[in-house]
Amino acid sequence: MIWILSIMMVLGMPSVFAQHHHDDTQQKGEDWEEVIMEEEFKAGEMIIEHIVDAYEWHIISIGETHVTLPLPVILYDKGEWMVFSSSHFHHGHDSYKGYFISHHEMNSGKIVRLDESGAEIRPTLDMSFTKNVLAIFFSMTILVLVFVSVANTYKKRKGQAPKGLQSFLEPIILFVRDDIAKASIGEKNYEKYLPFLLTIFFFILLNNILGIIPFFPGGANVTGNIGVTGVLAAFTFIITTFSGNKNYWTHIFNAPGVPWWLKIPVPLMPVVELMGVFTKPFVLMVRLFANISAGHIIILGFISLIFIFGKMSAGLGYGVSVVSVGFSIFMDFLELLVAFIQAYVFTLLSALYFGMATEEHH
Amino acid sequence: MSLINPGFGLVIWMTIAFGIVLFVLAKYAWKPIMSALKEREASIEESLQAAEKAREAMQDLKLDNEKLLREAKDERDALLKEARNIKESIIEEAKEKANTEASNIIDSAKERIEHEKNAAVVEIKNLIAQNAIAIAEKVLRDELKDKKDQMDYINKLLKETSLN
Repeated sequence: MIWILSIMMVLGMPSVFAQHHHDDTQQKGEDWEEVIMEEEFKAGEMIIEHIVDAYEWHIISIGETHVTLPLPVILYDKGEWMVFSSSHFHHGHDSYKGYFISHHEMNSGKIVRLDESGAEIRPTLDMSFTKNVLAIFFSMTILVLVFVSVANTYKKRKGQAPKGLQSFLEPIILFVRDDIAKASIGEKNYEKYLPFLLTIFFFILLNNILGIIPFFPGGANVTGNIGVTGVLAAFTFIITTFSGNKNYWTHIFNAPGVPWWLKIPVPLMPVVELMGVFTKPFVLMVRLFANISAGHIIILGFISLIFIFGKMSAGLGYGVSVVSVGFSIFMDFLELLVAFIQAYVFTLLSALYFGMATEEHH
Repeated sequence: MSLINPGFGLVIWMTIAFGIVLFVLAKYAWKPIMSALKEREASIEESLQAAEKAREAMQDLKLDNEKLLREAKDERDALLKEARNIKESIIEEAKEKANTEASNIIDSAKERIEHEKNAAVVEIKNLIAQNAIAIAEKVLRDELKDKKDQMDYINKLLKETSLN
């Protein structure tokens, strides 16, 4: 429902919500284009702002006109639900119903309110439909549309050679099936895990690529968000844990071939192995998040250099821009490579964990 | 440090969205795609095997054909050889026959010639004898016109014969 609502917002009411003129002299500008005009350019803040989640989707700023897509804020606090548009915050400058967007520490960029002592606290539940949520729904819609249509092509063209989108995706699907699932899990069990592996592979790949595209509806840093990677890793963890057979648990709690004094009286090995059960998905989560975010930070850093030097002198700015854009292009290609590699690595490691969990004793 | 502070709402939304998409894709995309791929692979495998079989059959057929052709050729050669032999033997026989026939004809001709010649000789002999007798008759008639001479001659002849 909310998805449909947001589509309506995109299509029907951009002129109502999306454009805001405001007098820049009174407000402390948060949008970075504004920042350059007014005060010193804070590259670090700008970069973080671009890679974290947001309550609105900033599309473009032309002069002082910020074209943004406001998204619904959904809060549960003090025993009641609140739903309102993020446009009430006026790009983070205003507060609404006592809620405002924090600029401090851990909660920076998130909705907070002040408690009795004047400290910033988060509402009990912040279920806001943020930029990343919209990006997730967008990419999920693409995935469903693309793969259901490809599946229909398969049904329609039974026994025929692949064609169009189908022939583009088939080698990738076969790669995931043969080189990831079959190779890591084994001929016997791989089919059970294939839907999950294919889904995470294409979800990560699509969002990695969308993340590189700087324009709406790309540009949201979905796979560079620790919450998103955490959910993916949690799925892997849950599936691994639930498909673990006797052999798998034996290896954890009573690893064969290990001297007994490593297990009794101090269960050193079982503790280490049990930690491994949790560190594996944790590492999955951090690896994807760090790789994607790092790539974005580097590109944004190169772009920031132009503005930093541009502040010193216009000529220097132009000079640096050539080098910066060159490096950014290089980084974009690198990120494209990383997009594939990280999707591959996440899927491969998930498959390996499933393989470990279902491996038969031999 | 908001970068490593996951938004709770985002986590919930992500879980819901991912769960739904996983379910939908598994049911409506991956299942048909996988079964179609499997089916196609099986059919390709089958076709390859069928092609291999067909090729083997073709090979066999070719070998058979070659064998047949070779046999036919051999047979033809044998027939030709036989025919040649027959031809030669016929000619030989014919020649021999002709030779014997010719020599037979010559022999009979020779015989006949001999026969004719003998007959002719006999006839000539008879003729000569008759002529001689006629001449002798005439001569005798001439010589024995008178009785006396006749008697003398008869006596002489009688004398000669009685002596024999």
